[in-house]
Amino acid sequence: MIRFILLQNRQGKTRLAKYYVPLEDSEKHKVEYEVHRLVVNRDPKFTNFVEFRTHKVIYRRYAGLFFSMCVDITDNELAYLECIHLFVEILDHFFSNVCELDLVFNFHKVYLILDEFILAGELQETSKRAIIERMGELEKLE
Amino acid sequence: MDLAINPFSSGTRLRDMIRSIRACKTAAEERAVVRRECAAIRAAISEGDQDYRHRNMAKLMFIHMLGYPTHFGQMECLKLIAAAGFPEKRIGYLGLTLLLDERQEVLMLVTNSLKQDLNHSNQFIVGLALCALGNICSAEMARDLAPEVERLLQNRDPNTKKKAALCSIRIVRKVPDLAENFMSAAASLLKEKHHGVLISAVQLCTELCKASDEALEYLRKNCLEGLVRVLRDVSNSSYAPEYDIGGITDPFLHIRVLKLMRTLGQGDADCSEYINDILAQVATKTESNKNAGNAILYECVETIMGIEATSGLRVLAINILGRFLSNRDNNIRYVALNMLMKAIAVDTQAVQRHRATILECVKDADVSIRKRALELVYLLVNDTNVKPLTKELVDYLEVSDQEFKEDLTAKICSIVEKFSQDKLWYLDQMFRVLSLAGNYVKDDVWHALIVLMSNASELQGYSVRSLYKALQACGEQESLVRVAVWCIGEYGEMLVNNISMLDMEEPITVTESDAVDAVEVALKRYSADVTTRAMCLVSLLKLSSRFPPTSERIKEIVAQNKGNTVLELQQRSIEFSSIIQRHQSIKSSLLERMPVLDEANYLAKRAASTQATVSSVKSAPAVTPGGPLKLPNGVAKPPEAPLADLLDLSSDDAPVTTSAPATAPNDFLQNLLGIGLTDSSPTGGAPSTSTDLLMDLLSIGSSPVQNGPPTSNVNLPGIAETKPAPVTPQVVDLLDGLSSSTSIADENSAYPTITAFQSATLRITFSFKKQPGKPQETTISASFTNLATTTFTDFIFQAAVPKFIQLRLDPASSSTLPAGGNGLVTQSLSVTNNQHGQKPLAMRIRMSYKVNGEDRLEQGQISNFPAGL
Repeated sequence: MIRFILLQNRQGKTRLAKYYVPLEDSEKHKVEYEVHRLVVNRDPKFTNFVEFRTHKVIYRRYAGLFFSMCVDITDNELAYLECIHLFVEILDHFFSNVCELDLVFNFHKVYLILDEFILAGELQETSKRAIIERMGELEKLE
Repeated sequence: MDLAINPFSSGTRLRDMIRSIRACKTAAEERAVVRRECAAIRAAISEGDQDYRHRNMAKLMFIHMLGYPTHFGQMECLKLIAAAGFPEKRIGYLGLTLLLDERQEVLMLVTNSLKQDLNHSNQFIVGLALCALGNICSAEMARDLAPEVERLLQNRDPNTKKKAALCSIRIVRKVPDLAENFMSAAASLLKEKHHGVLISAVQLCTELCKASDEALEYLRKNCLEGLVRVLRDVSNSSYAPEYDIGGITDPFLHIRVLKLMRTLGQGDADCSEYINDILAQVATKTESNKNAGNAILYECVETIMGIEATSGLRVLAINILGRFLSNRDNNIRYVALNMLMKAIAVDTQAVQRHRATILECVKDADVSIRKRALELVYLLVNDTNVKPLTKELVDYLEVSDQEFKEDLTAKICSIVEKFSQDKLWYLDQMFRVLSLAGNYVKDDVWHALIVLMSNASELQGYSVRSLYKALQACGEQESLVRVAVWCIGEYGEMLVNNISMLDMEEPITVTESDAVDAVEVALKRYSADVTTRAMCLVSLLKLSSRFPPTSERIKEIVAQNKGNTVLELQQRSIEFSSIIQRHQSIKSSLLERMPVLDEANYLAKRAASTQATVSSVKSAPAVTPGGPLKLPNGVAKPPEAPLADLLDLSSDDAPVTTSAPATAPNDFLQNLLGIGLTDSSPTGGAPSTSTDLLMDLLSIGSSPVQNGPPTSNVNLPGIAETKPAPVTPQVVDLLDGLSSSTSIADENSAYPTITAFQSATLRITFSFKKQPGKPQETTISASFTNLATTTFTDFIFQAAVPKFIQLRLDPASSSTLPAGGNGLVTQSLSVTNNQHGQKPLAMRIRMSYKVNGEDRLEQGQISNFPAGL
């Protein structure tokens, strides 16, 4: 199960934080700080997995943005790595060539996309097309 | 238009607010903008503004993401959710999931709105409600809303179905009892074609199996066939652009199905057999050149290891891992190591074949891989390969990163201890580890080493020589220094005279003064570490007896610590000087080599101590004041307490005094080494530790085996009256009790300062002043020192005196005692002794204070007032 998903830039600014387990606000800030510190200085040749407390963080870097997912220790690391990539592809498709600013100004849409992709810490939809279509329908209702 | 331009008006658009926040150059500017925005939003909320409500909520979410408090907007979320339109509801639910979590009371209010929305005719609104529920559902909501979600599992719309399935996962996690309600609906969802519904259903089934045995049995019977079909379809399917990832159709679905199969097949031979073929197919046919394919293979291997698979299938799985292990991609190697740990239980031999590769991974640059590999190597060690593996690890210890040394050292020590077949090998490995990473070796490890050396009489010479050489080369490794110093003290003559040489050993030339040099260097280098210094002092004392010609020099070195600010060192220095100087007759028997330490006893204690390490400090204050005289210890001791605390200063909790073995986990070796530093805590007027020491010393001297000088017991009462005051070295002369001619203090001069009270946490000293011509009256200035690491607050000192004395207490200089002896609190007392010259002063004292808000009380009796008050 996914415990939380973080999207942070190299400076450690959180661009998206989704928690599927209840945490206090102060605890969330601590987690965000620690995860950023864990992943930011790792060599690109290293594994995309780091142990974090009693769980592990699967992260992937896209330009200046780090996408991190904290999952159970027994979960399939490679699958979540693929999962991050799929999410990025969806964002890329939705914003057509996504950049950090898109995510800043449209943060609420990013959350909306995430809610169509992952729910309750589990995968909801694996088709990029299905999610993009669904987003189109939701946008029409605005 | 104006509104849109001015970023600080309440009508700012979200986009403009974000822009103005981004334009801030300093944190202070940002805070100012946020403050203004928040004020505007609050105002809008209190005016009940409708039009901008959802825009304000969006702004609040952004502000929340920046880390500012936004709780004032929580109720607005609820209002938005209760609104009729989709845009309002959408932002309301988003706010709900971001600004609130399941523990907030406000959430209770939302259950009703959720219920209505779950029953809404618009499927998008139902979708919103399901999303919110899946993200923040509490146990209470789970019970209330489970029927709605259950019904939605049968909805026509696949989007609603998959969301309902995932919501059910959350509900079952919160209330496992509800699992049975969902099982038949979950099983029937597996017949769907829509991948989103399928993957959600598979995950729901997995969760149900975890929550309930009944569900597990039901799903084993009812969904295995469907699962096999799903997996076969998806793995045989031709190119499907919608789900294609790296040439594989929907690897996520593959993986989730494989995981559920593992849950169902675990411990069930029939199920396992049923899925054997499809697993074999996935394991052989999946392409392994892309991450997606490897992810499936990885999951498949895990499933094969988890179920009752045929041996052929297991060989297949292990071979896949072998391929993974030699992959150039670090991620793949990482998961291979991870999985090989599970494979050991299935087929150790197969994993052993990859030992060389795994060992290479221990040296990888990536800490994630190193950690995995080290864990794995640890599991691979057995009697036959322990020597080469240990050698590899120890060699690597030399070059490894600092931060990895701790893990590595712990594992090596554990391996060496577990598999030490011969003592010489064990000693060699431990000496190398101590030399390379002595700073990371845990106390119990080097304690065990000392116990073993004590038992291995034929290797003591070799040990002390090896340690001496190591000490010369690597004197900065703390535990190495401690062990070496201990050995030199105990077995110094074996070092100097090359006694009990082993065949392979080269003789070394070490003079007596070289040995003393080595310990002196260690003593001086480790000025910060009290334990090491204390051990050095003991070692020097022992050497003074082993090498009589060096005695003078040792006396000087020891004497240098007489003025040390650490009480323990000061006390040792003074006492040891006294032993060297005046008590030649008993010195040699006093400084005999330690009796052989009881290995079994130590190991048992060590095992116990790993469970309870807390009590050691706590047990210290429980000293029995005026406790029983010590029995003859050491040599004449019964076997269950074989440790001589002959040099032990903190003998309060030594096994000898009580019939039961001491409870403090590590005191065994502390006693043995005489380093129970923090534990030494005499109370008030009770015999202080120094007296205890003296009694120990004397009882050794008079023990039947030793036949020491008979004078000692005669003088005992006299000694008990000697009240040593360790803070004023000039008065302390512990062993003066033996030579009864000298008195403790010059009564005519000013009165010496005394330590009126000392515990592990608190020290009180008294200094005295008298007005000329008023012999009855004394002004006492009391100083309180906090020896603990936490500050004492609300400190109150109280005193009581016998009827013939009058007492007046002035206010204390402060009621707060800073930690660690930083800063004194003083208080002055005026005492009038109406029977001056007939009766000495006496006083009972009580100190109450708070540590972290917790009340503490200590009390004691002072009877060591200087005579003449």
